[in-house]
Amino acid sequence: MYDQGKVVTGLAIFVIILTFPVWYNLGATQHVPKPELPKDVKKCVETSAFMRTSHMVLLNQWRDEVVRDENRKLVEVDGIQYTKSLQLGCMKCHPDRKKFCDECHTYTAVDPFCWDCHFQPKETK
Amino acid sequence: MDVKRRKFLKIAGLSAVAGLGVPSAFTNLLQGEALASSSGQGNPAEGHKPAGGHGGHGEESTGTQYGMVIDIKKFAEHQGLADRCINACHTEHNVPDFGNPKDEIKWIWTDDYAHGFTEHSQYKRNAGLNELPVLLTCNHCANPPCVRACPTQATFKNEVGVVVMDFHRCIGCRFCMAACPYGARSFNWRNPREKYANGNYKFYKNGVNPNYPTRMRGVVEKCNFCPERLAVGKLPACVEATGETKAMVFGNVNDPNSEIAKVLNSNFTIQRKPAAGTKPSVFYII
Repeated sequence: MYDQGKVVTGLAIFVIILTFPVWYNLGATQHVPKPELPKDVKKCVETSAFMRTSHMVLLNQWRDEVVRDENRKLVEVDGIQYTKSLQLGCMKCHPDRKKFCDECHTYTAVDPFCWDCHFQPKETK
Repeated sequence: MDVKRRKFLKIAGLSAVAGLGVPSAFTNLLQGEALASSSGQGNPAEGHKPAGGHGGHGEESTGTQYGMVIDIKKFAEHQGLADRCINACHTEHNVPDFGNPKDEIKWIWTDDYAHGFTEHSQYKRNAGLNELPVLLTCNHCANPPCVRACPTQATFKNEVGVVVMDFHRCIGCRFCMAACPYGARSFNWRNPREKYANGNYKFYKNGVNPNYPTRMRGVVEKCNFCPERLAVGKLPACVEATGETKAMVFGNVNDPNSEIAKVLNSNFTIQRKPAAGTKPSVFYII
């Protein structure tokens, strides 16, 4: 084999660069998302597991019902009535977008465009 | 290959018969299909029906059709009433005001009679009419051209006959703006959430309604007849602003017992550009 020294050194440098993200983050703890839950309210419209995986499906469904089908009936779960609305419903219990929504959205690199139009409670104060 | 002249002529003859017969059989079939599909279609919107008579004037729409009667003379009696209506609507819906006609967003606005009613004769018309503010808005047509133009069904006619926009679905192609004969639609060239240096939104008269969202850049918007207010038993914001003056009457024009039907029945009203065949649901008492 010709130029054995150069080839082996080159390969070694290549492997080191390739695995850089792995050993650079070695030992560093990842920031685990901890969305801030409302203190006084314990129940949501669905179970936490459902909301965690499918809140966007529910929001889209509510949006279509309200905007397209004119079905603005309140959702009643266990005797509590909820408005089918992000801005006027969800944000009543989860008023802080940064501490609730963005916590997971940033972690999973999801960028929904709800806030281009809908107000957060703080924004209008 | 050995083809005799006799055999060749037979094949040629048969091919000619087939060539003439098959296409006509196909057209018959296709026509049958077209008939079946047109009769099988339900009635999702009045607009899909073939227009009867001249530009769709023949048939009457059925079902609920919300509409509005605007009495222009009442706006002469009550100075500043038109501005109060615009203010009520634009602050309710967080309509931005950039102070620039090129970027203007308008849900309801005023113009003079000559510009609002271009199809009506202006010959020897009384000159005073042009000094009255004529409130113009989306006509919520019974036969809306914008709904047919919209490629994403972001604009659609809902169950109560209101031409509604689903801002989530609008892709900003502006076909609807080209289709609307009344200029009732505005495009968000700029971000409606722009702020002044002092942190205030550039909304109409700085009013912010925290209960209604804004739109985003690249979306078309227009009057929606306040479905969020109708749902809780309120009148549209502009109609509410006219209060007891009865300058604007709102209701179901197809219900003979409604107030608006009685007003329509007892007054001579005109509509904007009736020849366009869109059957506007906003009527004017001049």
